Amino acid sequence: MDPRQELQVQKKREHDQRQETTIPARVFVPTADIYESQDALNVVLEMPGVEKGNIDVRVEEGMLKIEGRLDLSKYQDVVPLYTEYNIGHYARSFRLSSKIDQAKISADLKDGVLFLTLPKAEEAKPRTVKVN
Amino acid sequence: MITAFADPFDTLFQIQSALQAREASNWLQNHTTSQGPFPPINVFQQGDDILAIIELPGIDKDALEIQAKDNTIRISGRKAVAYPIGVSVHRRERSTGEFDRTLSIPVQIDVDAIKAEYRDGILTLQLPRSERDKPRTIQIA
Repeated sequence: MDPRQELQVQKKREHDQRQETTIPARVFVPTADIYESQDALNVVLEMPGVEKGNIDVRVEEGMLKIEGRLDLSKYQDVVPLYTEYNIGHYARSFRLSSKIDQAKISADLKDGVLFLTLPKAEEAKPRTVKVN
Repeated sequence: MITAFADPFDTLFQIQSALQAREASNWLQNHTTSQGPFPPINVFQQGDDILAIIELPGIDKDALEIQAKDNTIRISGRKAVAYPIGVSVHRRERSTGEFDRTLSIPVQIDVDAIKAEYRDGILTLQLPRSERDKPRTIQIA
C-alpha cells in the first residue's frame, strides 16, 4: 500500500445467511487475518463493539464458525445526526483444511479484535523423517 | 444573474455537509455507507449532548490521540497489525496505516467536559453542549 494514501474505511460485507433470523438486526462479515505456524492456525477477526461474553466459536464438521453479538441497547435513546457506518452482529465461517485439536482452541478478545489459536492435531503436524 | 457569497469557503462547507447529510440518511437501512476516510464516525444526539461513536478495532491506546478545540475534534493515530515471525500468512484483510480526522460539531462544545472512552474497539466521545449554547425557555410574564 502506498504510505501516502489516506487510510480508508473498509466496506462492510453483509453475511449471506441461509436461514432467516428471528432478530431484526443485520449481520456483517468481520475482516479477518489468517496465519499458520508449525503447530497452530491463527485466526484474527475484527469485531468492534462486541463484548467478551457475546462471542461464540465452534468447530463442527470441519467448519470453524464464529459469531459475535453486538449489544444494541446503547443505541436505544439516541438520535442519529450524521452516520458513516452501520452496526450489526458479526458472523463468519471457514472450512478448515487441517485437523484441529478442538479441545485446545483458545480465544482472546482485545480492543474489539478476536484472536483465535487453533492447535493442529498431532496427526496433522509436519514430521521430520530421518534418512539413514 | 449575480450571485454573491458572503464567504466562498463557508458555501463550500455547506455543500459538503449537505452531501454528507444525504449519505447519513440511510442509518440502519438496507445500504452500508462504510466509505471515506478511516475511522468511520457516527454522530448521535443524546438529550442536549452530542455523542460520537467511532469504530477503531485493535488500536493501542498510546497510539491514539484526541484533541479538541472550539467545536472541532481531531482524532489521529496509527493502526498497526503485527504477525509473528516465521508464520505463513493465508489471508490478510485487516487494514493498517495512519489516520487523522477532524470532526466539526455544529454546536458549541464544552471542551473541558469532553469524555472519551475506548472499549471493545469502540471509541466513544461524549461531547457536552456548552451551557451558553443551550436554548432557553422564556417565560411569558
